Amino acid sequence: MKRVVITGAGTINSLGHSVPETLEAMREGRCGIGELDFRDVERLSIRIGGQVRGFEAEGRFNRQQMTLYDRFTQFTLTAAKEAIDQSGIEFHGDLAARSGVVLGTAGGGVSTWDDNYRSVYEDGKNRIHPFVVPKLMNNAAASHVSMEYNLKGPSFTVSTACASSNHAMALAFQMVRSGAAPAMVTGGSESMLCFGGVKAWEGLRVMSKDACRPFSANRNGMVQGEGAGVFVFEDYDRARARGAEILCEVVGFAMSSDAADIVMPSKQGAARAMAGALADARINASEVGYINAHGTGTAANDKTECAAVADVFGRHADHLMISSTKSMHGHLIGGTGAVELLACIMAVRDGIVAPTIGYEEPDPECALDVVPNEAREAMVDVALSNAFAFGGLNAVLALRRI
Amino acid sequence: MSISDRVIAIIAEQAVLEPSDVTPESTLEELGIDSLGLVESIFAIEEEFDISIPFNANEPTAGDFDISNVAAIIAGIEKLVAEKV
Repeated sequence: MKRVVITGAGTINSLGHSVPETLEAMREGRCGIGELDFRDVERLSIRIGGQVRGFEAEGRFNRQQMTLYDRFTQFTLTAAKEAIDQSGIEFHGDLAARSGVVLGTAGGGVSTWDDNYRSVYEDGKNRIHPFVVPKLMNNAAASHVSMEYNLKGPSFTVSTACASSNHAMALAFQMVRSGAAPAMVTGGSESMLCFGGVKAWEGLRVMSKDACRPFSANRNGMVQGEGAGVFVFEDYDRARARGAEILCEVVGFAMSSDAADIVMPSKQGAARAMAGALADARINASEVGYINAHGTGTAANDKTECAAVADVFGRHADHLMISSTKSMHGHLIGGTGAVELLACIMAVRDGIVAPTIGYEEPDPECALDVVPNEAREAMVDVALSNAFAFGGLNAVLALRRI
Repeated sequence: MSISDRVIAIIAEQAVLEPSDVTPESTLEELGIDSLGLVESIFAIEEEFDISIPFNANEPTAGDFDISNVAAIIAGIEKLVAEKV
């Protein structure tokens, strides 16, 4: 078994267009959620979200690329560039042949679906652009990353709603750990902030109209975000040999399925995923200093997640920190685990724990240290990142300081 | 059909019961309607009467719309329908 380390990280989300910008915003407890701005927003009852602002595709991509890149692919390529540049890894020869890219997304090219349905249904057009299918397919982003960086090994896209990125990164981790691949590019992306994307979520009546306040007694729902997070997972020995900067080690993961309900979370399923990640990483519960919570800010998730943490960690649950950075960047659905992994990296590498902002009132059902409103300095050896998806599909990753 | 009969018909369909089994005193829980069923019923009622019901699944008891039993739901809908005109 190989040890697996992260040698590059990249992101774009409502908090920033890079990892340093995003981590600075998390340290400062800044909120990236605001008024949504897109066509027909006035027909929505939910009008807030963590939208990426000031992102110009023009200039980054040429005209031919633009016709093929949905916004979720543009986000992915932007984050992948930052991660691979930081890593300094170059994919040639045998390394290229065996390394791949595994990404998560729930919706793929949602705005491409939305724009083209509008065109044929609302505008009554009978002809659409020839590249609609290659633009909207869920694997488009992974494929474009493979083409851009010459990744010729195992490459595919995972779609497990809000756990997509964590499932993707868990699989990439497995491939590097087993020796099947010397390095993998992994993470996830989502861009659902368009009329159809938000309208669909609105119907479920779980969205907040004013703010995402995870664990706070007055929380009233989730807020969507958009963006991407991409990482380079690499064999530790290989990374050491080439003198790469190592951000942290990935030490374990677990996946579980609730087999219970299509939307309601299960305490047992969440607990089995966290306990499984500890067992896989061969770490004691008491070593965990920080958990990046799934923490959606819904009534159902937050109390279930806190109860699961209490079950898994026992008395240590009162000594660890757990925060939800969705309060700042919103819920990036299939991309959320990737952006949230950044908070775990910041905890183990920099010793700074991102806060849960918008926290106003304690909830006895969420009586853990949720790092309310202000970031904290702390020595964290091990951090977990939780993702619990609709459909009851859970994936938890464990990171360790190096 | 009165507003009351129309609402009861929608709730009965959701609960897979006969309308005669749904009484004003019935609670949704007694009728076997869970949170997902409630959201679906509210959608069906909004479509039937072309109204918007202020309901957030995260805080079902907050706000003006009372869902404590069938009679309360009917009263709330009668009010929303009256306000629409």
